This record gives sequence, C-alpha cells and structure tokens, in this order.
Amino acid sequence: MAKTEIRVGGLGGQGVILCGIIIGKAASIYDKKHATLIQAFGPEARGSACSAQVTVADKPIGYPYVKNPDILVVMSPDAYTQFIPQLKPNGMLLYESELITADQKLPAGVKALGIPATRFAEELGRRLVLNIVMAGFFTGVTDLLSFSSVEKAVLDSVPRGTEDLNMRALRKGYEYGCQLVGKGN
Amino acid sequence: MHADPKGVLTGDHFIDGDHAACEGALAAGCRFVAGYPITPSTEVVERFASRIPLVGGLFIQMEDEIASSIAILGAAWAGKKVMTVTSGPGLSLMMEHIGLAAITETPCVFVDVQRGGPSTGLPTLPAQADMMQIKWGSHGDYEIIALSPNSPQECFDLMITAFNLAETYRVPVFFMMDEVVGHMTERVVIPAASEIDVIDRKWTRKQPGEYKAYQTDDSLVPEMIKAGDGYHVHITGLTHDERGYPAMNPVAQEKMMKRLLNKIRLNKDKLVDVREDGVDGADIVVISFGITSRVAGAAIEVARQKGVKVGHLRMVITWPFPADRIRQLASRVKAFIVPEINMGQMVLEVERAVLGHASVISIPHAGGTVHEPEVILEKIMEAAR
Repeated sequence: MAKTEIRVGGLGGQGVILCGIIIGKAASIYDKKHATLIQAFGPEARGSACSAQVTVADKPIGYPYVKNPDILVVMSPDAYTQFIPQLKPNGMLLYESELITADQKLPAGVKALGIPATRFAEELGRRLVLNIVMAGFFTGVTDLLSFSSVEKAVLDSVPRGTEDLNMRALRKGYEYGCQLVGKGN
Repeated sequence: MHADPKGVLTGDHFIDGDHAACEGALAAGCRFVAGYPITPSTEVVERFASRIPLVGGLFIQMEDEIASSIAILGAAWAGKKVMTVTSGPGLSLMMEHIGLAAITETPCVFVDVQRGGPSTGLPTLPAQADMMQIKWGSHGDYEIIALSPNSPQECFDLMITAFNLAETYRVPVFFMMDEVVGHMTERVVIPAASEIDVIDRKWTRKQPGEYKAYQTDDSLVPEMIKAGDGYHVHITGLTHDERGYPAMNPVAQEKMMKRLLNKIRLNKDKLVDVREDGVDGADIVVISFGITSRVAGAAIEVARQKGVKVGHLRMVITWPFPADRIRQLASRVKAFIVPEINMGQMVLEVERAVLGHASVISIPHAGGTVHEPEVILEKIMEAAR
C-alpha cells in the first residue's frame, strides 16, 4: 500500500495521541517509511474529544491532513459517531467493543473489528494501557507495521518502569487481533 | 567549525516542528533564550527550558514580549547566540526591538510560529500572514533574512542555517514557521555534531583602543566584541559613526543606511534559496513557501498527471525575495500561481518581479487551515486553458 491514512479518536486521557505517535514512530523510525502525525490542537482537556491523524506512506507526504481515513481507530462513542461518516468505503474500523455499540450505518465494504481493550487493560493491572492494547490490536489486524517495530516504538514512548506492563498490553492486543483475522503469530 | 556535541541530540526522533526547532537552535549553539510563551510556539521554549540546564546556558521567561526581545539583544552583546520565540501578537510587541537589532547589527533569531490574525485571531490554527510584518514592521529602512521551513526536519536543519546567517550578516533572522509545521510530528534525523557546520561570531582581533565598533571591510559586516572584555564601546539606536558614537546628520545617516541595506542587498544572490522542480520547460509555475509548498506539491502532481506542464518554485528563504529568478522565468512562463495562507502578501513581490510579462494568479486563504489541494489544482487547470 503506497499511502495509508489513519484517524485515531477517543477521549482526552485515553492515550489517543500516544497511540497515534506509536503508529507513526514505528512506521517512520523503525519500518523506515514516511509518517506524518497531526494531533487535534485546541483548548481540549481531559475527558473531551481528542483525535490524531496519521499518514503512513512509501513516499514523502505532501498534504498533511487526513480527511477520509482508510483505517479508523475509535475508543469512545463520541469519536465513533463523529468520524464514522469520514471512513473510506472498504476501509477498516477498529473499535473498543465494550464502550462502543457499532450500530451505525457503515460506509460500503467496511470491515469492522472490535476489541474489549479497556477490560483487557484492567485485567493486566491498569486501565491506562488501553491505548497500547489498541496499538497492538492495530498491528495484529492490519499489515501496515511490523510487530517488532511497534514494540520498539512503545518501549521508547512509555515512562520508565512501565515497560513490562506496556509490553504485556501490546502483546495482548496483538494476539487478540491476529486471532480475530485468523493470522498466525 | 563543528557544532558543540553538548547541544546535539544525535539520532532519529519522531518529534514535532516546535521541538525540532529547539533542537536546531541548541545544535547551532544558541545558549540564551528569553521568551514569553504563546500558542502555537510554546513547545519551543518549553523544550529549551528543560534542555538548557543540561547543555549549559540560560532560559528566562520574561514578563512580556517587549522584554524578551530586548533581553536577547543584551545577551548577544554579552557574547551569546540568542533567540526569542513567539507568534503574531507577540511579534507585534517586538517591532521596536527588531529595528534596534537592525541598527545595532546584533545577531539574533526571531522564531515566529504563525497563527491566524490580526490581533488574538486564531491562537491554535495556522496562517502565513506575518510575511510583510517581518519585512516592514519596524520603522525606518532595514533589511532582514527570513526562512520558511515546511517540515519538522527542516525546522531542525534550517534553524542551524538561520543562526549561521545571523552571525554572518549581523541582522535579525526570522524563522517563519506556522501552526501546522510547528505541531506536525515526523521523523527528524539529527546528525553527529561533527557533521553540523556552525559559524562562529566574527570576533575582532583588534586591541581595545584600536577597535571601532562599526568599522568594516568589503564584507560590510563589522567585527564584534563581547561586553566585559575590556573594550569601551557605545552601542546605540541613534544613527552612529564607525566608532558607534551618535552622529545625527544626513551624511552619517546615508553612510550607515547604505551599509545596513547593502550587506544584504549586495549578497542577495548568495542568500536566495529556491528549490525548483520541473520549472524548466514549464508553462505554469507555482510559487510557494512553508507548509503551502507541500500542499501545492500534491496539486502539482495531479496536474502533471493531467498533462499540464507545471513547475514548482519553492522559496526556502523568503527574504531576500528571489526577484531576479522570477523575472528571468517571467519572459517564458505563461502564468505564476501563488498560494499562501494570507490574503495576498508575497504575491505582491511576485507581481513586482514579473512586471506584467506573465499573468500572476493569487490564491489567498484567510487562515485557520491549509489550502485544499483541489483549489490549487483548479487554478492550475484554469491557467493552462
């Protein structure tokens, strides 16, 4: 795929931007592709709507914004409702399945895949790592990034002392994703 | 000479333009920043404030932008490489000291992460509407240099150029980012310190007593001293003679003004930096700068697929303006298209250079976001008809 456009949406505090940074960093630093990340920038605060736009491409990226994503990753009902109309036909919807009821009319041919990321994160010990579970899930169900690159991107993005927890979260999401799409890992 | 390794964060980073600009300044040898935080430039000083204690230097959060812009001039005369960082409303407050920097020939870098204006305007959204303000905002005649990066990587690379030019020409150098470039995150490769060329200040070798603060050779750029090294100097915003003493008469004024302007004007061929893509043989040339160059690039690609011979001339250095190159092209190009995130500023310079020899089509944008590539494409297709 020459150019993949991604939108990650959720609530401030869910780690939406970090999830986008991990995707962009894995792609550009470790997979040696090009990546541009634009984050919603405004008077947003914890608990309000928050989103990141990530473009991953083989060639340098010109226009930096994502208008119609190929992949939409959503962690809150509001983000789901807001961004679903923008998703490209035949695109991919990745959603937090216990926070979001995926009952909206989807653009034609969209593949929708859910994961109970918050519950998984809680089972691992901290609800906070749901964004890393989502990043792992993203890696498992798309063929965009190599798992080892995402691993490295997570390791140098998370606070020291939380590496082990985050690695377990990443692997949990990744394995769940691989299983869902019938991919061996 | 090479960069001081202490300030160089060698490696591959995934950081935004604001952070990259700060790293560029540190790599260039900037060791003093005074600023008053303002969106969308705050991250530059935030990073500088946290990094500088490790590198060795000083950040002062001043009471306002007026104080910030004068503090850096003082620190420059104390021997430091200096910068201040702001956005439109802050830049408006700094105008007086831009003139003072110009007349005292103080090497300094002003970073402007542009946002929508006038006044408070759009604090969190982009514009490219300060381009004429930096050229003409302070009173009197003077020359400046301005650079327009279009990516976080260039925020790093061109920042080093900005500091080097400030030292070479002893003028205020403007680093004209915008909210998108400032907050966009991409890969930034920072090379080893030994691969970064930095230009040191043009220090005098003369002894106190024989040194004159504004005596020059053919370069038109005087040698500098550091306050506290025993040189008795007088540095003033008044018109001065080559000793630096006030000389308020038409003869001294003309001599000083000519040199202040000519040190840039006579070197404009060396300073101009345009990146051309497919300009030779083009019927239409899009002239762009900053973030708009990337959006224009996307439109040009589609236009070429439709068979239009369209070239792209991107100004990396926006001041001095590349008038000679554009005039040269005007004799054989049908039309120039100038998209910019303002209501028509640099297009005026294009018109002056073209002198009616080709049509000049402005694509203004009031700000708040970038152009839609389709809008630029449409104008290219119209011009091609």
